Amino acid sequence: MTTGRLLTPAVILTLAFTFGACAKSKPPVARPVDTNSGPIPPPPGLPPKPPEPVPEPVGVPPEPRMEDPLKVSDIDKINQNSPFQPVFFRYDSAEIEGEGQAVLDANAAILKKYPEWVITIEGHSDERGTAEYNLALGNRRAAAARTYLISLGIPADRLRTVSYGKEFPFDPTHTEAAWSKNRRAHFVLTSK
Amino acid sequence: MKLLTTLLIASAVLVLAAQNPPPVPPTAQQPSEIGLVISARDDGSPPKLAVPEFIPLGKEPEVVAAAKSIADVLWDDLAFEKEFYLLPRDILRTVPRPASVEQVSMDRWKELGAEGLVVGTVRKTADGIVVEARLMRVMNGAMTLGKQYSGSPKSLADGGRVFAHGIADEIHKQQRNLRGVARTKLAFSSDRDGARMKGPVGDRDVSNIYMSDYDGANQSRLTVNRSIDIAPAWSPDGELLAYTSYRTGYPDVILQSLRSMRPPTYPARGSVENQNFLPAWSPDGKMLAFTSNRDGNAEIYVVNRDGSNLRRVTSHPMADVTPTWSPTGTQLAFTSDRGGTPQVYVINLDGTGLLRISGEKCDRATWSPAPLNEIAYAAQAGGGYEIRIFSFATRESRSVTDGIGSNESPAFAPNGRHLAFTSDRTGRPQIYTIARDGTDLRQITKTGSNKYPNWSQ
Repeated sequence: MTTGRLLTPAVILTLAFTFGACAKSKPPVARPVDTNSGPIPPPPGLPPKPPEPVPEPVGVPPEPRMEDPLKVSDIDKINQNSPFQPVFFRYDSAEIEGEGQAVLDANAAILKKYPEWVITIEGHSDERGTAEYNLALGNRRAAAARTYLISLGIPADRLRTVSYGKEFPFDPTHTEAAWSKNRRAHFVLTSK
Repeated sequence: MKLLTTLLIASAVLVLAAQNPPPVPPTAQQPSEIGLVISARDDGSPPKLAVPEFIPLGKEPEVVAAAKSIADVLWDDLAFEKEFYLLPRDILRTVPRPASVEQVSMDRWKELGAEGLVVGTVRKTADGIVVEARLMRVMNGAMTLGKQYSGSPKSLADGGRVFAHGIADEIHKQQRNLRGVARTKLAFSSDRDGARMKGPVGDRDVSNIYMSDYDGANQSRLTVNRSIDIAPAWSPDGELLAYTSYRTGYPDVILQSLRSMRPPTYPARGSVENQNFLPAWSPDGKMLAFTSNRDGNAEIYVVNRDGSNLRRVTSHPMADVTPTWSPTGTQLAFTSDRGGTPQVYVINLDGTGLLRISGEKCDRATWSPAPLNEIAYAAQAGGGYEIRIFSFATRESRSVTDGIGSNESPAFAPNGRHLAFTSDRTGRPQIYTIARDGTDLRQITKTGSNKYPNWSQ
């Protein structure tokens, strides 16, 4: 259950790049063929057809992109396939442990690569505490993640926090597995 | 004094209330003389009251319907406080309805053992509706209370509930010296409209503030907002609702007028760095206590309702949240996890006199109105929470809820005799009311998820 969160920043960035590239490559776009290939003659015996769109040549690799997709994508797209991983917490705790530190290290690397990004760290809790106290607990989780990122050199003014308590469970079922997923700090790109 | 010894004979005091009652309930004026009190019986059991259908003075369908529904609602309103033994409805129906007040006969009611009888009429006039109610002593036919209310034609749209509520509160006040809650309302947050907002992971439920009559009737939406609005709190004068909204992207305390279209105000002056939530009104309605992270972690603050004179009450590196005011306005109770688990503490407004009152993990203290001097809160029990009440007199707490589901967010009725709370006993969280002795559980909401109830004064 934890391996997914132990991805190195490089892997995360590679994945993000791949997703971005895939998103860019579909739907297929008609492209001009090489100037020396000429128009395709209609097969003999068939009535002449109106000109068709020229199909994309097969085997030609997509143009190498010069821009980073995370730089050109809009904020919603990035958040849908977020390069940031959430940090999970133990029951009734806002302490960032080894696993969470690794995730935050990776998230910090992304923030250093994109120095204009401002993120909101959302603090969430499972459903077992009261609604009111969980607002405070969520606050504390978000603040703990923020403090750690600041200690890694991320400027404080790029790190907002907000607590949603138990208003927005990631998994609304009432199981231990769901609760462990719901006790989290979630990273949302707010402006870039 | 225990029996019907008062010799005052009340003259028919028929007071004309203001026109157009809704949304402001018609308030009958004080009678010029206090009438007879129908007392508890010799054995201490509550007096028996008959509340038959009102008499329609006219054949208009809405008048005929209101004559029945007003009596129905009045019966429920009176039953809610358990101050009278109400003759059951099927027995009431065995007594023929007279065609006019003059034809009312006490004989049958005497046979049925009733001590008091409510005789009501409904009629239509050129400019509206007139409802009249009299409380009669069955023994001798004397009137102990007489009230007349008038309202716009629209006041019968919901069956004339507002008339019934006004009559019920008058009867409780005059007969039992009790502040009834028939005209009070509940506010709460709900996602029932099904609106969604775009979230970073997927769509998220929007929650808005809703309100209803104390008994769940007339549920209506107050805020229309693609965000989350939670934890409403009625101002003591009923003019304003304070609540927590995320509409600005961070939680902040909002004051919204219920009677005018004035734009909402932000007395805690929130920002991305200064986030504020869970407002609670001081008993005089001049101040708000709330939780804020503006000094780094969650602390309790107090501010005037116009945003002036902000001051910090608590100061501790652990979280201090969820304030509630003492009825005197000189103390706050709040939740702190400074002792390791969240517990309820009491503190003077100036930050002195800290005292822990709970012995268990708990939250959402809500101080009773005077003179009860109790604090209700949600205490952890089993896999969920129970509503418990701590009494300053006995220094002990007792459970109000019954161990079914998880029960949270208690809010006292203004007379302290009832509580509203949230429970997931039937699945999604819903609002319930319960008597402070744990009886008379009633489900108020059924659609969507409904949380954070608050009871108007």
